[in-house]
Amino acid sequence: MKPDDPAIRWVKPPELGLTGRMYLPLVLQGVTTTVRHLFSPKVTQEYPEVEPPIGNPLIYRGVHRLNRDEQGRVKCVACFLCATACPAHCIDIVAAESPWPDRDKYPESFVIDELRCIYCGMCEEACPVDAIELTSLYNLTGRSREEMFFDKEKLLSVYDQTKDREPSAMERQQQAAEDQQK
Amino acid sequence: MTALLVKSVILLGGLLTAVAYLVLLERKVAAWIQDRRGPNRVGIPFTKIRLFGLGQPIADGLKFLFKEEYTPGHVDRAMYTLAPLVIFTAALATFAVIPFGHVVPVGGKAEPLVVAPGVDVGILYVFAVSSIAVYGVILGGWASDNKYSFLGAMRSSAQLIAYEIPLGLGILGVVLLTGTLRLDGMIELQAQSGVWLLLVQPVGFLVFAVAACAEAARLPFDLLECEQELVGGYHTEYTGMKMAMYALGEFLHMLTASVLIVVLYLGGWHFWGLTGTGTEVGWGTALLRVAVFWAKVMLVVLGFMIIRWSWPRFRFDQLMNLAWKVMVPLGLVNLVATAVLMEFWPRALTEHPWATAGAMWALALGTVGLWAALSPVGSQSQARRGPDEFSMRRVETPAA
Repeated sequence: MKPDDPAIRWVKPPELGLTGRMYLPLVLQGVTTTVRHLFSPKVTQEYPEVEPPIGNPLIYRGVHRLNRDEQGRVKCVACFLCATACPAHCIDIVAAESPWPDRDKYPESFVIDELRCIYCGMCEEACPVDAIELTSLYNLTGRSREEMFFDKEKLLSVYDQTKDREPSAMERQQQAAEDQQK
Repeated sequence: MTALLVKSVILLGGLLTAVAYLVLLERKVAAWIQDRRGPNRVGIPFTKIRLFGLGQPIADGLKFLFKEEYTPGHVDRAMYTLAPLVIFTAALATFAVIPFGHVVPVGGKAEPLVVAPGVDVGILYVFAVSSIAVYGVILGGWASDNKYSFLGAMRSSAQLIAYEIPLGLGILGVVLLTGTLRLDGMIELQAQSGVWLLLVQPVGFLVFAVAACAEAARLPFDLLECEQELVGGYHTEYTGMKMAMYALGEFLHMLTASVLIVVLYLGGWHFWGLTGTGTEVGWGTALLRVAVFWAKVMLVVLGFMIIRWSWPRFRFDQLMNLAWKVMVPLGLVNLVATAVLMEFWPRALTEHPWATAGAMWALALGTVGLWAALSPVGSQSQARRGPDEFSMRRVETPAA
C-alpha cells in the first residue's frame, strides 16, 4: 500500500494544548500518578499467612475424599463408575466381597494418584452413592511420588478433616429435610 | 593521616552499605509503585525474624559471591576483566572530594568531613573522574566481542558525550554565582546567604538534573542497557562479581548524581533554622548536618526512582533531540542570564537574594512559555511520514 493509495485516509493528530507544549505540567501530572500509586493500598496477598479466597468450597475441585456413612464405614460400594469415568485413569480400586449385609461389594483398596489426576470432578459426578467428592483443599504437597498416591485410609482421613466445613451431598440433603420438618 | 584513614573507612563502608540498601530501596519503590509489596521475607539469617526484608542485601551479595564466574571463550580477557574494575573504581574515587557533612570538632579544631579536604578544583575533579566511567562501559562492550554489548557501548558513548554539555552548562551557572570550584565552598555560600541555588537557578537545576539522570544512565535514559532491545547492553557477557561491580557502579553513579544535586542546588547540609551556618560547632550540630545532608540525598534518590517509573524509555533520536535541541539551549539561556547578573550586579546574591531568585524564576517561566509558543517539544516525537504535512498520521479505511 502506497502513501497515495485512496484507501488511506489521512487525519491530523489532535493539537497539543499549552500545557502539553510546555511539557513540564504534564510531567508533573505523570509524577503525581506515580506518587499516588506509591502510597496506594497494595494488592499482594501474603500467601502462606493469608489464604486466598476460594469461592464456594462445596463446588471447588481440590483434593479428593472418601465419605463415611452414618456408622463410620466407607460409603463406597466399589462399582468402578468413577474409575471408568476418570479421563486420566488415576483411580485404582480393588473390590472385595462386603463384610456388611447392606451391600455386595466394598473397596478393599482404593488408591488415587493425585499427581495424575486432572481435578475434573467427573468421578464425583459418576458416583451413584456420593462416596467420592472433591474438597476445597488446594495446597496439596508431598516430598515424593509415593506420598502422592492417596490410599483409602488417607482419603477417609481427608473426609474427617473436612466434613465439618464441607458437609457431603447426602448430609446436606438430610439437613434440608430436617429443616423442612421444622 | 589517621583522620584521612578514618574518614576513608567511614566513607567506603558507608557507601558500599548504602549502595547495597539502595538496591533494596529500588526494588521496594518499584514494587510499591506497581501496587505490590516488594521483597519482605529475608530478615536475620537462620532465624524467622523478617525485619521487612532488610536482610535482602545480604542474600543478594551472597548470591553474587557464590555464582559461577563464567568468562566466555571469545572475549578479550585482559580488557574484559579490567572494565568492571575501571567503572567501579572511578565511581568510588569521585567521592574523595565530595563532602559528606560539614565539619566535626576533633582536638579543638574543625575537621572537614571530606576525604581530600581543600581540593580547589573539586567539581572539575568530580567530572574528570566520573567521565572515566565511560571507559568502563566502552571497554566492557568492546571486549565482550558481542554485537549487543557493542551496540550498548556505542550508545553509551554517544549519550554520555551529548549530556556532558548540558551538565557542564548547569554547573557553569553555579560556578559563576558562587565564584568557587570547591564543593564545600558552594555549600557554605548557600548556607550563609540562606538561599539555596535551586531558588536562583531553576533552569540550571532542570538542565543539570536531567543531564545527571542521563549520565547515571537511569531510566528513562538507560538506552545503553535496555533489555528489550540489547539483551543486557554492555554487560550482557558478565556474570558473578564482575556483574555485581557493574551494578554497584551504576548505583554509585546515581548516588554521585544525587549528592551533586544536593551540593550544587539544594544547600548541602544547610537547613533554615536547624543547622546554623558557622564552622564553630559541637558534635550535636555536626551530626545533625550530616543527617540533613544525607536526608536530602535520599530524597533526591527517591525522586530518581519515582521518575524511573513515570516515563517510558526515550527513543534514541528523542534522546538526542532532548540533549541538543532542548537542554543545550536552556543551559545557554541560564548561563547567559547568570553571566549578565554577575557582570552588572555582582553582589545581587548576597544583598538581595530573594529579589534575584524572583527574577530568575520569572526568567525560567518566561523561557518555558516562549519555548511552548515557538517550538512545541511534544511535536518532535511524532512520526513524520504524511504526504504533505509531516504531522499527519495514517488511518486505513476499507476501499469503497
